[in-house]
Amino acid sequence: MKIGLFIPCFMNELYPKSCIATLKLLKSLNLDVEYPEEQTCCGQPMANAGCAKDIKTLAYKFVSTFSKYDYIVAPSGSCVTMVKEHYKDFFHEDDEEYNKTKTSIYEICEFLHDIMKITKLDVKFPYKVGLHNSCHGHRALKLGTASELNIPYNNKLRNLLNLVEGIEIVDLKREDECCGFGGTFCVTQEDVSVAMGKDRINDHLDSYAQFITGADMSCLMHLEGIINRDKSPLKVVHITEILAGEVQ
Amino acid sequence: MSIHNHPKKAKEFVSNDERMHWHDKALWFVREKRDKASKSIPEWEKLREYAQQIKTHTMANLDKYLLEFEENATKRGIKVHFAKDAKEHNEIVYNILKEHQVKKVVKSKSMLTEECHLNPFLEKKGIEVVDTDLGERIVQFRKEPPSHIVLPAIHLKKEDVAKTFHKELGTDENNSDPTYLTRAAREHLRGKFLEADAGITGVNFAIANTGGVVVCTNEGNADMGSSLPKLHIACMGIEKIIPRLQDLSIFTRLLARSATGQPITTYTSHYHGAIENGEMHIVIVDNNRANFLSSNKYKKALNCIRCGACMNTCPVYRRSGGHSYDYVIPGPIGSSLATFRDPKLHKTLSFACSLCGSCSNVCPVKIDLDSQLYNHRQDLYEKNIISTKKRVVMKLSVWVLNSPILFSILGKITRKIVPLIPKKIIYNRFNIWGKQRDIPNMPTKSFKELYKEGSIDVK
Repeated sequence: MKIGLFIPCFMNELYPKSCIATLKLLKSLNLDVEYPEEQTCCGQPMANAGCAKDIKTLAYKFVSTFSKYDYIVAPSGSCVTMVKEHYKDFFHEDDEEYNKTKTSIYEICEFLHDIMKITKLDVKFPYKVGLHNSCHGHRALKLGTASELNIPYNNKLRNLLNLVEGIEIVDLKREDECCGFGGTFCVTQEDVSVAMGKDRINDHLDSYAQFITGADMSCLMHLEGIINRDKSPLKVVHITEILAGEVQ
Repeated sequence: MSIHNHPKKAKEFVSNDERMHWHDKALWFVREKRDKASKSIPEWEKLREYAQQIKTHTMANLDKYLLEFEENATKRGIKVHFAKDAKEHNEIVYNILKEHQVKKVVKSKSMLTEECHLNPFLEKKGIEVVDTDLGERIVQFRKEPPSHIVLPAIHLKKEDVAKTFHKELGTDENNSDPTYLTRAAREHLRGKFLEADAGITGVNFAIANTGGVVVCTNEGNADMGSSLPKLHIACMGIEKIIPRLQDLSIFTRLLARSATGQPITTYTSHYHGAIENGEMHIVIVDNNRANFLSSNKYKKALNCIRCGACMNTCPVYRRSGGHSYDYVIPGPIGSSLATFRDPKLHKTLSFACSLCGSCSNVCPVKIDLDSQLYNHRQDLYEKNIISTKKRVVMKLSVWVLNSPILFSILGKITRKIVPLIPKKIIYNRFNIWGKQRDIPNMPTKSFKELYKEGSIDVK
């Protein structure tokens, strides 16, 4: 089984630690993982800004880079959603390469939970942790049950975190409220975006969380930006780093 | 008309932190009530599916059901009128009122008459129009549009209402006790109901196989307005049709629970003809609705039953307030409707959204709201409505991203240079991200560099 590791562009540049943790998690399961060096970006920021037409070349590049793998795994729910949901406009519905890419791409937690079905992690994280359910992963990829729906509760991220020794996942008042990042939204609607971020952080502070974690670094980057500016007593860490035992 | 600007209006609302949070919490409280109510029904998700199917079927056969409705309503002695747009709607209503020499009208909440600007039209003709829903009456006193379709005065606090009532009704300026204020409003409105020559109501559902209409209110004002005066005019958009009486049960179970978390509205009034010696008219309006039917991407927007749940759940709406949308229907559904109608005027609305998708999940008729807003953005680009600056930046980004080498070089330079630049220069006025947020710390090496070096210890 050959895995293609898809690392979101900004994570590659700014958050190598979370990328390393992702690689380690996959390698720890004795998987054959490869990071194709010709990858850049899935095109999501441009598409969300209305310029999906422009990213056709990126979509083609992505599919030709990754369609050869049995699975494509990425530490980002929103980038995976981009490939799964929004690339279809660029390809014919019978396009074999795209259809293979679309069906074999997984967010890392989804992959560990649904494909590898892991039930054990030999790591400790003795802290109070607040889980930020990022919207795309949570609602589009259904990594967790959206609070709006009347269906049985499940949360893949929570299930994985529960395998970590000593962790205490705090209960938030608004379990899956958006943090306000939203791609270019964080700049074009700066005021609402920051207000949303602050509220999200306060929900964690009110629940006595020591860490905020989640499966989307973009949301965490936005929250971390506010936390650092406001000198809030909270740390931000990508879920892969906890699962891989990379933070102590 | 100048182009509406959601970010600017949102900034104004957000800048009053205390009021913004009060607004957010009030609406979140409603959303939580809705959650409890919807979760008390095991078949909730099935109901949503049925509602979606009924609406989609009806819209695909709208001409047939409209004619069936007209025929059945006419048999009941109701006079049915069709209007192609707002102007025709207003004229039809005015002509009926003129024929009956009406001087005073009581109106029960209707977003359609808001959309058609009926009040100012009739007032210009010398007719007094009084909105009788409490929230509507408050905003009417203040000469403001409603800021929410179910909670029209949700942007106001009880102290604001006390001031307004003091000015308009002579109540104590410093007494903002809700019971005191409600009593004053009730007394005032009772007089208006008794004096009125005609009542205008909206329509929540029009039933094709019975030829009657259903209006849902919590205050009973539609009943007062349609049974005290002899003349009742019900105004509805073409999309309010449902095929059969038994379909109604699906919608009444979904509507109030989604809107306010109530099991059912206090009054669910059925009108199947005029009161004794009275007259009943129904005005059915297109006003650009039929265009939705021919659009695969946006036609589901017509399925909306106006519960307002998408507004209550929308994290942007809760913090930016309904007036920031500058459209008769605010929030996610309003953003889609407005952008479809006039993309240029409302070009900021599809971007007034973080694409969180909560609206689509909360919607009782499963409208694909977040997908519609995503699609609108692409359409604005196609129509050349988004700014040249954005267009250039995006094209440039794609150009860089098409080359892994160039992208890596730029990344490397950024990571090297940014830590050397003084903070004062980094946090300049063009750095919108940095106004209220720190930029991330720059690592020395990218993941790709570490991977290539083989220096990642995977043990």
